[in-house]
Amino acid sequence: MSNNHLGELAQDVVRQALEAGATDAECTIAEGDEFSTNVRMREVENLKEAGSRGVGLRILIGKKTGASYTSDFSREGIAHMVRSAIELADLTTEDPHAGLPDPDEFGSAGGDLKLYSPGVAGLDTGLKIETAKRAECAALDFDPRIANSDGASFDSYVGRHIFANSRGFAGEYRSSYCSLSATPVAREGESMERDYWFTMARGFEGLEAPEEVGRTAARRALRRLNAVKVETQKVPVVFEPRAARSLLDNIYEAVHGMSIYRHESFLAEKLGESVASELVTVVDDGTLPGLFGTSPFDDEGVPSRRTTVIERGVLKSYLLNTYAARKLGMKTTGNASRGLTGNAGIGHGNLFIEAGVPTPEQILAGISNGFYVTELMGFGVNVVTGDYSRGAAGLWIRNGELAFAVSEVTIAGNLMEMLRGIEAVGNDLEFRGSVAAPTIKIGEMTVGGR
Amino acid sequence: MLFSDSVFASRFAITRQDLESYLAEALSQGGDYADLYFEYLLTSSISLDESMVKSATEGVSMGVGVRVIAGERTGYAYSDDLSPDKIRKAANVAAHIAAAPAKVEKFDLNEGRRHNLYPVITAPTETAFSERVELVKRADRAARAADSRVFQVQAFYADNLRQVMVATSEGVLTFDRQPLARLSVSAIARQNGGPPQRGHAGGGGRVELDFFLHEKTPEHFAAEAVRESITMLDAVDAPAGEMTVVLGPGWPGILLHEAVGHGLEADFNRKGVSAFSGRIGQKVASELCTVIDDGTIGNRRGSLNVDDEGHPTKRNVLIENGVLRGYLQDKLSSTLLRSESTGSGRRESYAHIPMPRMTNTFMLAGESDPEEIIRSVPKGIYCRNFGGGQVDITSGNFVFSASESYLIEDGRLARPVRNATLIGNGPEALKYVSMVGNDLKLDEGVGTCGKDGQSVPVGVGIPTIKIDRMTVGGRA
Repeated sequence: MSNNHLGELAQDVVRQALEAGATDAECTIAEGDEFSTNVRMREVENLKEAGSRGVGLRILIGKKTGASYTSDFSREGIAHMVRSAIELADLTTEDPHAGLPDPDEFGSAGGDLKLYSPGVAGLDTGLKIETAKRAECAALDFDPRIANSDGASFDSYVGRHIFANSRGFAGEYRSSYCSLSATPVAREGESMERDYWFTMARGFEGLEAPEEVGRTAARRALRRLNAVKVETQKVPVVFEPRAARSLLDNIYEAVHGMSIYRHESFLAEKLGESVASELVTVVDDGTLPGLFGTSPFDDEGVPSRRTTVIERGVLKSYLLNTYAARKLGMKTTGNASRGLTGNAGIGHGNLFIEAGVPTPEQILAGISNGFYVTELMGFGVNVVTGDYSRGAAGLWIRNGELAFAVSEVTIAGNLMEMLRGIEAVGNDLEFRGSVAAPTIKIGEMTVGGR
Repeated sequence: MLFSDSVFASRFAITRQDLESYLAEALSQGGDYADLYFEYLLTSSISLDESMVKSATEGVSMGVGVRVIAGERTGYAYSDDLSPDKIRKAANVAAHIAAAPAKVEKFDLNEGRRHNLYPVITAPTETAFSERVELVKRADRAARAADSRVFQVQAFYADNLRQVMVATSEGVLTFDRQPLARLSVSAIARQNGGPPQRGHAGGGGRVELDFFLHEKTPEHFAAEAVRESITMLDAVDAPAGEMTVVLGPGWPGILLHEAVGHGLEADFNRKGVSAFSGRIGQKVASELCTVIDDGTIGNRRGSLNVDDEGHPTKRNVLIENGVLRGYLQDKLSSTLLRSESTGSGRRESYAHIPMPRMTNTFMLAGESDPEEIIRSVPKGIYCRNFGGGQVDITSGNFVFSASESYLIEDGRLARPVRNATLIGNGPEALKYVSMVGNDLKLDEGVGTCGKDGQSVPVGVGIPTIKIDRMTVGGRA
């Protein structure tokens, strides 16, 4: 089906829904081509190539909603989808807050957001395989202790996203990405450890050098070797950027509008209050060109924007879609997110902690005994209470230096106390995905070990 | 059910000859093996929040995945369009990816053997939607009526009916109809202006809707979720450090899934990247431990009549009296390791390459009385319920998060403790198992396992067990 056809199809689905009795309708169509290859021990292991698409519909009949989706684009397939959504609306409850955004909310962020690189679709398969091989070889050749590997992979994607509703909004955008990762395995005596490193960009030319990815992954795996379990103690904990990102995932969950109106967040009813150290400013920006959390409009057709979530420690805004905003008597922040169908949920754009002043080395220099976390494991975070307890691995800090590898320990605290206890925010912010944080130091947490 | 009765034959008019010609196309550039995986999936979901049914969704998706294996190399392509030219195109793409000199001899497709583990006549997905909507409404009413301290209730119901067909160049043709349903309830309670606490419960399986009307009712799950949230209102900080840990029966079997299950998947072991690599025949647990992965238990969430490569599932012994016995094998790993498939080849959908996965993983019952196990602990913690877990299969370190646990003081359960993560090392942790209860219980049917970005439904189970030494990640 040609490009214009899908845009027309979305509007046609909306029309069919209205004809079938819907008072409002929203249609999403996603179409994409994916490629992935995995090389291991210098040979191609997997190659996958395919395209797929799907269409989803959500309708309202007054204040009741119904939703459906299909991958069957035949006339009967679409008719069945429309019928399903209409029938389902009959079974849901009248919800006074349900509905599309207000008419003045619709629109698109302007300018070239650089989400699509035309070269990705035609990238040569040989080049993609070669790129993955170069990354893995660089890891394998880095040190004799890297004698094994869980491979390196190259993935690429080109897709289109189309959205239309019964209030006259119709929009679409293309996007593309390439990503490269390597996962070497280091071994010394009985100790075996793996780690990974990756690079991703909207176009091939934006990727970091494959050798650099391989070598970084190798260095990371090597420094985990011969890890010990330390004694249980309370110490300062430093999160390296990759681990610090997970703190933002926790903050995101806690400022998620749905959690707020349900009172299932430790940040509910805390707007305007100090919830973190003054060093902490958290921003969600869906308009930064070329980044992975960027889009012209959200999944309700509301323009993406920049929202300051926490400003110098003070909670300034939740992340909202239209529904959560209405429940809270606020305005949407353009953070609606959904798959093909269903009521819109909430997502983030590019969510980050603003960079601070000190270098990571300066942060470490002030610590005589502490834990530098490079990896977190498990799901032990409760955003209702803020209780935090996760598996961790990393390096022990002795007299301002990274001294030895540590694993099989836990770190525990309470998120509110942890955010207030942030004593340093590093200058090393970089975007590698849609969530980004610099090095973060928390004054004290409980490390659980021997 | 026979191939000729399947949706693929009846609705898409696919014939045996068609399948043979697609396989021939897949092998046209060489290769050792090819398979086709057809999927036709119907899904439904209902969610309730604030006593309102806020969402009801239905969906249809379908597609075919074509795989060609040549040595250690796999070519994969798929199509979400089941028309002959699109299937042939996917077969052609996969063929070129795995181009190799090897050739497959001629084959004829014959219908393969499969179990009949879920003889469900009407799948929940095929029942009236209104009956399913009633389940979430009942759960909501029951949870709110159970305790006045409950101020938020969410109930979620989802089911699907997956029809799959696998045809392989080894001549196997299998068809299966896989129903799956789940109901879950979450309740939040608060007292005297203190912090709110959440409780969760849920379950289901490859069952008829009747299961939720007679066996595990919405009221059952609601009562369990409320009980957990109310219990946690009195929770104190969890302790930190190494101590004796007693796991209750059922869902705490997630320990086995994380500590040993993933590490025994054959792909990791073939590549030598698992902490269990090369340890078959070695002692990796106390002799009280026998761990099984069984895909053949009737109506269980993790069970399958055939795996996603067309092999009947099996009951596989992973650890027998503490000794490592075997790995979970799929087609590729078993071929390369010159072993047999254990019926463990699974995939999330037609768009995914299969790999070795668990089904229902559990430890056999021992002889101890569960009460006696708790009485034997002067100081420690008892974990009754868990959230999720994760493992680093290379170092063997694993975690799982306790959502409901209690201090044990002088052989008795004392105060509940706040959420804490437990951490251990796979090949070591089970060596400290000193008592195994006689109360083996399987979980209620909520597990989903993720690996390499692919999610599949699984089950776990365990009797009450005592682990003499494990690190608990509290703050007290």
